[in-house]
Amino acid sequence: MNLHSYSLDELLLKRRGLRRRLLATDGLKEIRIAVLGGTTTNELVDLLELLLLNSGFRPTFYQSDYGRYYEDAVLEPQTIADFQPDLVYVHTCSLNIQSPPPVSCSEDKFGTYVESEMNRFRAVWRSLEANVGCQIIQNNFEPPASALLGNLDAASPGGLSRFIAELNRAVAAEAATNPRLLLQDLNAIAARIGMNQWFDPERWFSYKVANTVEGSFGVATSLNAMIGAMYGRSRKVLVLDLDNTLWGGVIGDDGADKILIGRETPIAEAYTAFQEYCLALRERGILLAVCSKNDESIAKSGFAHPDSVLKLEHFSAFKANWEPKHENILAIAQDLNLGVDSFVFVDDNPAERAIVEGQIPGIAVPDVGSDVSKYASILDARRYFEATSLAKEDLTRAKLYEENAQRAQLEQKFANYGEYLDSLEMTAEIDVFNPTYMERVAQLTNKTNQFNLTTRRYTLAEIESTVSDGRHIGIYGKLTDRFGDNGLISIVLGRVDPNDRSVLHLDLWLMSCRVLKREMEIAMLDAIADRARERGIGTLLGYYLPTAKNGMVKDHYEKLGFSLVSNEQGAGATTWSLDITNYAARSRHIRTMEKVNA
Amino acid sequence: MPDLLPEIQDIFRDIFDEESLVITRESNASNVADWDSLAHVNLVTAIEKKYKIKFALAELQELKNVGDMIDLIEKKLAEK
Repeated sequence: MNLHSYSLDELLLKRRGLRRRLLATDGLKEIRIAVLGGTTTNELVDLLELLLLNSGFRPTFYQSDYGRYYEDAVLEPQTIADFQPDLVYVHTCSLNIQSPPPVSCSEDKFGTYVESEMNRFRAVWRSLEANVGCQIIQNNFEPPASALLGNLDAASPGGLSRFIAELNRAVAAEAATNPRLLLQDLNAIAARIGMNQWFDPERWFSYKVANTVEGSFGVATSLNAMIGAMYGRSRKVLVLDLDNTLWGGVIGDDGADKILIGRETPIAEAYTAFQEYCLALRERGILLAVCSKNDESIAKSGFAHPDSVLKLEHFSAFKANWEPKHENILAIAQDLNLGVDSFVFVDDNPAERAIVEGQIPGIAVPDVGSDVSKYASILDARRYFEATSLAKEDLTRAKLYEENAQRAQLEQKFANYGEYLDSLEMTAEIDVFNPTYMERVAQLTNKTNQFNLTTRRYTLAEIESTVSDGRHIGIYGKLTDRFGDNGLISIVLGRVDPNDRSVLHLDLWLMSCRVLKREMEIAMLDAIADRARERGIGTLLGYYLPTAKNGMVKDHYEKLGFSLVSNEQGAGATTWSLDITNYAARSRHIRTMEKVNA
Repeated sequence: MPDLLPEIQDIFRDIFDEESLVITRESNASNVADWDSLAHVNLVTAIEKKYKIKFALAELQELKNVGDMIDLIEKKLAEK
């Protein structure tokens, strides 16, 4: 079942039945969400619940009583803490603003009104941080229902429009510096819908719901994407058809010089704009791939067109042949070492879309129609590529995969694999968790699915507490080679057994697939064993908990010389043990930098 | 004008996810299980969407049972 085939009216009408059917889905991830509202939030929560179920979550909600977001957060935070939410969503709107400046407000006084309003919200966030300690999502404010001063409302210090714009700036500044606080851009959601279609006074006076159903759905859609991003479920790859998708015309028939691209005609401009959109996505970390029914050399000639914004080097994978597209897409997933559930496929041909959608579970195939001028806005509206933050890794990811392709070429020249590894001139920085990398560590725990022994997810707060509680040994690894910096790519988190302090449980061991087969796991083992022995630990206990995606590490501990202790924890779960009393370092191909922190 | 009751009953059945729910003109929030204020919002919204009408604030206050609702829908449809 897929909700995307239902209209909003149908969703509302059939909500309970859809919910019942979605709840029967296997493998839903539990998530607890506290919604603190300035308005009645039930409709929003109902819609969000459906969308989250459709995204593979099984949400449990706590909702504040109408309008009690401040009281619940600041005066009675224990109730929320007891609920143990993974996420608190503070949903307020312009109607909840309490200290707007009077019309007569002077320029000098304006700032104090902004500060006063902001302090009320800061108190909400601070209290939630101190007492609940989980991720907070706060939305900003939509424009006021009426602009009393007309155009002047946006300029005068006594104008509510200007006041709200200033509040939004202040909320953004807070969110930009506080990783616990994520901003939901309600202002943009309302603007896209249109204020006249957003605000509904009858619903406000009758039910204290401030906006239309369309508004609630827009907010729920955006929140669903944010939560997916928090748990690493955003899409990572955009797979593109060529003819009538990236350029107009059929290159095999028309020839590379006749395809529609450039600035000469309105249609050519529209294709150029879509190429620019794809390139912009790539620059923020989305990988691009081509999947086209074409002769490969002819297909590639399209990117040699002088007006083509996209060039061959922008694609991390390129499949142009006459095989079925779903087979090519599966091959691309293998080449890139990424799951197809992180793929979005764009093709103007509805038949190709249907077969790909039907053959590859989990891939997103939006109905983009066949009008290129609409492609970008349709992709945007579905919020496939939502991110909670832009790590440096995101901004350089496409480049990393490019470097990987160069490494693959190099690999073919060597007599044996060790010689190849040596030629990479790898240097690792392996160290205990420290504040610089806390966010990246938490991010990796949430988005790594394949090389992940236990697939335990940690929030930023939980990662931070492993450092402060003194009962954990958490290390990260960064790897640089002659082609570039791979960034922070591996984490091992050990927990000292509370009853037997000579035993370390490896709760987490994960690695980014971009450094597979580089013997980085051996360097990490050296480092964790070294630090464990310093604390008098003699035994490492490793765990493998199988999921649909982590089959590649089934033999991880066996390969590292651990012995099997048990495999009785249910379907395929295994426990492994390694005596490190006389452990000697094993890494041969990676130079490890001197450790800085103990 | 055709009898709206069967269509309204279908809406109730969908909203309450209760295939065999029977609604009469006398049905109201006190004799239909689950018909609370939240379900009421859903019902009113669903009816407004289906008939492409919008109830005014005062009209909403007057509704006492399903019969009132049907009469009001018919009135709004006739005005269209």
